[in-house]
Amino acid sequence: MEKKHVFDDPRNVKKLLKIFFSSVVILLILDGFYIVLSKTHVIHSHMNYQWEGFWGFYAFYGFVACVILVLVSKYILRPLVKREEDYYDK
Amino acid sequence: MTNSVLPALIFMIGGFLIPFFKGRAKSVYMMFIPLVGFVNLINIPLGDHFLMNFSDFKLVLLHIDRLGLLFGYIYHIIALITVIYILNFKNDVEYVAGFFYAGAALGAVLAGDLFSFFIFWEMLTIGSVMLIWARKTKSSQAAGLRYLLVHAFGGLVLLAGIVLHYTETGSLEMLKLTLSGPGSYLIFLGIGINCAWPVLHPWLTDAYPEATIGGTVFLSAFTTKTAVYALARLFPGTEALIWIGVAMAAFPIFYAVIENDLRRVLAYSLINQVGFMVVGIGIGTELAINGACAHAFNDILFKGLLFMSMGAVMYRTGKINATDLGGLYKSMPWTALFCCVGAASISAFPLFSGFVSKSMVMEAAASGSHLMGQKSYVVVWLVLLFASAGVFHHAGIKIPFFAFFGHDAGHRVKEAPLNMLIAMGIAAFLCIFIGTYPKPLYDLLPFPVDYHPYTISHVLSQTELLFFSALAFTLLLLSGIYPAEMRALNVDADWIYRKSGKALYHAFDGILNPLNAWCDRVVRGTASRTAYFFKDAGAKISLFVAVNIWLLAGYRDQRLEIKKKKLYNDILHGTLPAGIGAAVTITFIFLVYVLI
Repeated sequence: MEKKHVFDDPRNVKKLLKIFFSSVVILLILDGFYIVLSKTHVIHSHMNYQWEGFWGFYAFYGFVACVILVLVSKYILRPLVKREEDYYDK
Repeated sequence: MTNSVLPALIFMIGGFLIPFFKGRAKSVYMMFIPLVGFVNLINIPLGDHFLMNFSDFKLVLLHIDRLGLLFGYIYHIIALITVIYILNFKNDVEYVAGFFYAGAALGAVLAGDLFSFFIFWEMLTIGSVMLIWARKTKSSQAAGLRYLLVHAFGGLVLLAGIVLHYTETGSLEMLKLTLSGPGSYLIFLGIGINCAWPVLHPWLTDAYPEATIGGTVFLSAFTTKTAVYALARLFPGTEALIWIGVAMAAFPIFYAVIENDLRRVLAYSLINQVGFMVVGIGIGTELAINGACAHAFNDILFKGLLFMSMGAVMYRTGKINATDLGGLYKSMPWTALFCCVGAASISAFPLFSGFVSKSMVMEAAASGSHLMGQKSYVVVWLVLLFASAGVFHHAGIKIPFFAFFGHDAGHRVKEAPLNMLIAMGIAAFLCIFIGTYPKPLYDLLPFPVDYHPYTISHVLSQTELLFFSALAFTLLLLSGIYPAEMRALNVDADWIYRKSGKALYHAFDGILNPLNAWCDRVVRGTASRTAYFFKDAGAKISLFVAVNIWLLAGYRDQRLEIKKKKLYNDILHGTLPAGIGAAVTITFIFLVYVLI
């Protein structure tokens, strides 16, 4: 019988996903706090662009960027460039 | 003149002596070389050393300043780490080639004039191609040859540029150039080939995954970073570099998402990271150049670490395609941990090294966009932010996930050998050390640093960006949209010379060979007819003249025939009586005189 490893147990995977999803939510809440605090000048905020001050700008950008990245790679780039593994040897 | 030795020579000569050592002494000796080199380097004072007169040129073999030193230090560090990593391979070719290659890179970044720089630049190609060929597979032989051809071409472009630049300006100094005149453009392009600019890049993604396990670690450190150094030295603030860098940062991540060979994924992300450096050099402010150099320093460490972890996987399982891997955290937990450190560093997680350097370039782009007439920098900033999210996606998550987690491919192997773990451990330690305490690195940068990476807004925004990229990955994977890894090949710009090359060959075969045969017939035919004519041309012309005179003089039949035969033979054999010869000559001279 082989030793059981951490992620062999689906409960552990679920636990990890739960931790991850809650930390994502916490980050958004923290961002809200940060915006309020910097608006009231409790902490100094260093911003180059106005949109950096929007709530969840980086979260939104990161998420959308990766979805676009994957969709473009899968549905546009792959059909264009995919070949057999021995394509160059033929 | 100091008592020190040329740093490149310590590596090159030291490397050539490796095969004479055996067993444990060999291992100790190999680790000794970078250490001796380092002690030697830190004892050389700033300025020019090893001046040489080579015909009319004044060569400066060693020029020590902050920019060169930064690269010199990191080259020593990565050479030591890589040497520890490859101790168990027992392959002398790899050892010698690796040290020769590292020495060439050192020579190039510390060269004081364009000509010595070029010499070391060419040695880089020789060393690196040996590391590819050392794998000794059929595909590595072919990839190595393509690599050699591309770099030989690049070297020629650089040389032509240097020659033209010298004839234009009369100077071989390694100083800032502006893009004007063919010389500077050719130098720019020659460096660009080694820097893997878009369309010029496929040598990298083609050859690096074909090299030996240790060879790829060496390769990831030196060639592109030496090109980055050269751009920072010769072309800081050249605007074209910004857009080239933006393209470099953006396009490889799309390829990386669909690529199956995990070392090739890393090769694409290498181009993506060099893109950030090239943008920094293009912006050209002190902050931007500092950021580019700091990022080069960090990239050598974390990219080396990632290549080392993938190399360890390949060493143990014999597989490198994502389709054949998975679940390795069970049997190689330490390698998995080190790989995650590398992944976190390249993704610029707070507390890891990428965080303190990549953001300098981003900041420089952002502050540049507020200047008059530089509105377009906003686009640069947005694309770089996209690339930051993308790099986390493919290098930060994809590499560890498909190799160590994900679907268990059933490999039950031993953990990586101790020396590999030590090498990865050192690199991982440095990644975290620089990430948490960047001051020593900042102190080494070419310009004084007034930059604080650990502000609340920076930490928060970067964490948000990365966590939501991860969220996208997780959701796409759970929903099944994430593209499954496939056993397939993705064509890139190397198609131009790998496939269309063949088409070109057939086209030329169909057009040029018949043309060649036709030319051959024409030339041979003409030549033989001409030869036949000129064999006795003199005699025939003389006969023609003489026969008319003789006819006028009344010679006929038998006598005429005899005279003709005699004259013909005399001219052909050169036995014309001296008098007649002299008469002809005089007549000829007289004719020339009259005509002139």
